[in-house]
Amino acid sequence: MPTPILMPALSPTMTEGNLARWLKKVGDRIKPGEPIAEIETDKATMEVEAVEEGVLAEILVAEGTEGVKVNTPIALLRGEDEAAAPAPATAPRPAAPTPSTAAPAAPQVLRPVAHEPEIPAGVQMRKLTVREALRDAMAEEMRRDPDVFLMGEEVGQYQGAYKVSQGLLDEFGPERVIDTPITEYGFTGLGVGAAMAGLKPIVEFMTWNFAMQAIDHIINSAAKTLYMSGGQMGCPIVFRGPNGAAARVAAQHSQEYSSWYAHCPGLKVVAPWSAADAKGLLKAAIRDPNPVVFLENEVLYGQSFEVPVLDDFVLPIGRAKIVRPGRDLTITAFSIMVGRALQAAEQLAAAGIEAEVIDLRTLRPLDVETVVASVKRTNRLLSVEEGWPVCGIGAELAALMMEHAFDWLDAPVVRVTGKDVPMPYAANLERMAVPQVEDVVAAARALVGRA
Amino acid sequence: MASTARATKEARKVAVEVVEPTPAIPSAEELLKLYREMLLIRRFEEKAGQLYGMGLIGGFCHLYIGQEAVAVGIQHALTEKDSVITGYRDHGHMLACGMDPRRVMAELTGRVTGYSKGKGGSMHMFAKEVRFYGGHGIVGAQVPLGTGIAFAHKYKKDGGICATYFGDGAANQGQVYEAFNMAALWKLPVLYVIENNRYAMGTAAERHASTTSLFQRGLAFAIPGTQVDGMDVLAVREKALEAVRYVREGNGPFVLEALTYRYRGHSMSDPGKYRTKEEVQEMRERHDPIDRLKNLMLERGVADEERFKQIDKEIRDICNEAARFAQDSPEPDPSELWTDVLVES
Repeated sequence: MPTPILMPALSPTMTEGNLARWLKKVGDRIKPGEPIAEIETDKATMEVEAVEEGVLAEILVAEGTEGVKVNTPIALLRGEDEAAAPAPATAPRPAAPTPSTAAPAAPQVLRPVAHEPEIPAGVQMRKLTVREALRDAMAEEMRRDPDVFLMGEEVGQYQGAYKVSQGLLDEFGPERVIDTPITEYGFTGLGVGAAMAGLKPIVEFMTWNFAMQAIDHIINSAAKTLYMSGGQMGCPIVFRGPNGAAARVAAQHSQEYSSWYAHCPGLKVVAPWSAADAKGLLKAAIRDPNPVVFLENEVLYGQSFEVPVLDDFVLPIGRAKIVRPGRDLTITAFSIMVGRALQAAEQLAAAGIEAEVIDLRTLRPLDVETVVASVKRTNRLLSVEEGWPVCGIGAELAALMMEHAFDWLDAPVVRVTGKDVPMPYAANLERMAVPQVEDVVAAARALVGRA
Repeated sequence: MASTARATKEARKVAVEVVEPTPAIPSAEELLKLYREMLLIRRFEEKAGQLYGMGLIGGFCHLYIGQEAVAVGIQHALTEKDSVITGYRDHGHMLACGMDPRRVMAELTGRVTGYSKGKGGSMHMFAKEVRFYGGHGIVGAQVPLGTGIAFAHKYKKDGGICATYFGDGAANQGQVYEAFNMAALWKLPVLYVIENNRYAMGTAAERHASTTSLFQRGLAFAIPGTQVDGMDVLAVREKALEAVRYVREGNGPFVLEALTYRYRGHSMSDPGKYRTKEEVQEMRERHDPIDRLKNLMLERGVADEERFKQIDKEIRDICNEAARFAQDSPEPDPSELWTDVLVES
C-alpha cells in the first residue's frame, strides 16, 4: 500500500509553500535523506528530503503549484519490501488536544497576611551592623547545612571586598569559601550548575553592576529551568551583593537593579533595609529551594540596628512590614530608601501629617495585600525608590493600586525615584540624582494637599 | 557562495584525514549495543523530522543525524554516577543516556507525557534520574553549568564526572574560557566534548574560528586535549575511555574534540546554501558511522544481514511506538501554565 508524502513544514511559521520543482520522477528509487523536491517559502528555497525508503509511485502535486498547504499529500511512495516497510505515515492524528485556548486565571495576587509578630515579645535584642548580620546569617546556615557554600571575588583571603564574609574562610575553609577569578559570567554559571546538581551556593557579586555580565545565567539558566523541566530541576541558589549607588563611584558602579530582577518569573527578589531583616531574610533565602536575588546596599553595611538574640531567626520571604503606622498617606520604600522615608515621616509628623511607612522588603513576590490594606486606610500612596522611574517598582505599584484599590484612592499614586539619567560623578549632581529626604517630604506634602 | 563552498570542501579533506591507530574491538555484545544505540538515534531523528514536517513538532528542532557516534561512543565510557549536559542539539544525547524515546518524542510534540510535561520542547529537556542536566538553548551556557556540576561531584566526593558537550560554534564563547580557567584551577572532574560538525549554524569553522584545532583550545589553561574521528564510534569510545580515566583520577579537565558532521540542516528551516550537496553526499556515503560499524560487524561475523534486518525492524517499531505515544498523549492541562514557576516550600 503506497504511503503518502506530505507537504512538510520547514520552519516554525510555515503554513503553505510553493512546490517549485520535483527532483525525482515516478519510478525512481528513493533513500531516506535524499532530496526529492524543492519547495519555496517566504524565507527561502529548501529541499524536501525523503523520510522513508521506497519507489516514487505517483506525483500528486505538479511542480510550479503555488500555495500548497502543509500536510497536503504531494506524492505517493511504494515500499519495496513490504515486510520491512515502515508504518504508513498517515495524516497527523488529531492530537488529543487542546481543551481550551483561554488561559486559566492567574494565581491570586492578594494573599492573606499573617499577623503574628515576627520577633516574639521579651526577646533580648542587641546592636549589629547589617554587615555583621549578613555574615552571621551565612555562618549559621553553613553550620547547619554542609551543602551551603560561598563563592565570589575576594570572599576568602581578602575577607570580602566589603568585609561581609569576614571570618568565614577561617571557620569553613577554602572548600566552602571560594575565591573566584574576576569572571562573573563563568562563576555564576558554575554556581547555577552546582545548584542544579544539588548544592546550595551563595554567589556573591562584588556589586550587582558586575552581575550584568552574568544576568544570562541568572535568568536563562537559574530562573527558567524549573519551568522548562516540568518541575524536575530546581536551582537552590542565592545571588547576593551590594546594589544601587554608594558614593561618588559614577554611572557604571551605581545602578539600582530591583526592577530588572523583579520583572522575571522564576526568581525571588529580596531587598532588606534593617540588620534584623537582612539576617532573617538571608537565612530564608539560603534555605529557599528557588533562586533568590538578594539586593544589599553598601551604605547600609555599616549601619547598626537591633537584632533579636535567637538561635535561629528566619523571616518569611514575601512579606512587607509596616515600620511606622500613620493615617494620612502610605509611603512604600525598600533598602536604603526606607531610612529616608522614615526621616521624611518624622519631618511630616512635625507638620501634622502622619505618614504610614511600609518597608516592602521583598520585591518578588510583592506583598500587595499589605500595601492595598494600608492604602484603603490612608487613601494615598507615595512610592520611593532609588532606581530609574521607567518600568520601575513605583510604576508597578501604581498599576497594582489601579487594579486593587482604585475606589479607595483620593489622589493619583505619586513616585519619587532616581532621576532618569546615568549616575553623575560630581557630588552636587549625584545628590540631585538620588531621592533625598526633602524630595520625599515635598512629594508627600503635595500628595496630601499641603505643599 | 563559490568561495564558501571551496573553503568547506577543503575543511572536509582536512577533517577526514585524522590519523588514528585502529581502535580495539570490543565484545560482540557491546558492538551490537553500540550499533543499536546509533541506529535508534538515526531512526528517531528521521521520525522527528517527519513529525516536524507534519506540523506536530513546532519551533526549532535540531537533528543529530550524522553525529550519532559521538554521543554513543562517549556514553559507553561513562558510568551511572556520571552526569551529562549538552546544548540544544540534544535528542541524541538523551537517547544515548537511556531516556525513554516515547517521552522524548512526547516532549518534542508538546505533550504532558514528555520529560518536561510539554513545557520545555526540543531544546530544554532534563532527566535527573539519569543525571541528564539538559538541553540548553543558549549557545555555550552548558559549559559553565557542566563545570558547576563537576564542582558538585568534587564537593560531594562521589567519584562522578560531568561530560559537557558543546559544538564548534560554542567553542568561541567567552564563557567557555572562563569555565576552562576555573575547571583547571580547581581540578574539576569535567570532560569537555567538542562536537565539531564544521559549521556554526551556517558559518564554516574556518570562517568563525581563528584556529580550528579545537582540542587545543584548553592549552592556555594547561588542559590537555585530543582529537578523534567522530564518525567512528569505536575510536570515540576508545579515546573517551582514556579521557574519562584521566579526569576521574583527579587530574582535572580534559578536552576531547570529535570531528563529526551533521547531514541535515542546522535546524529544520535551513536552506543549506553554505555547503555543497557533494560534500554532504560524500560524508553520508563514505563516512557514515552506522554503515561503518555495520560493515565491520559483517566482516567479523558478529551479525549477518538477517540479524541487521531484525534490529532495524525492532528500532523502527520503537520509533513508531514513540510517535504513536506522543500523538496519542494529551497536551498539558491548562492549569500547567501556572505550575513549576517556583518550588512551593
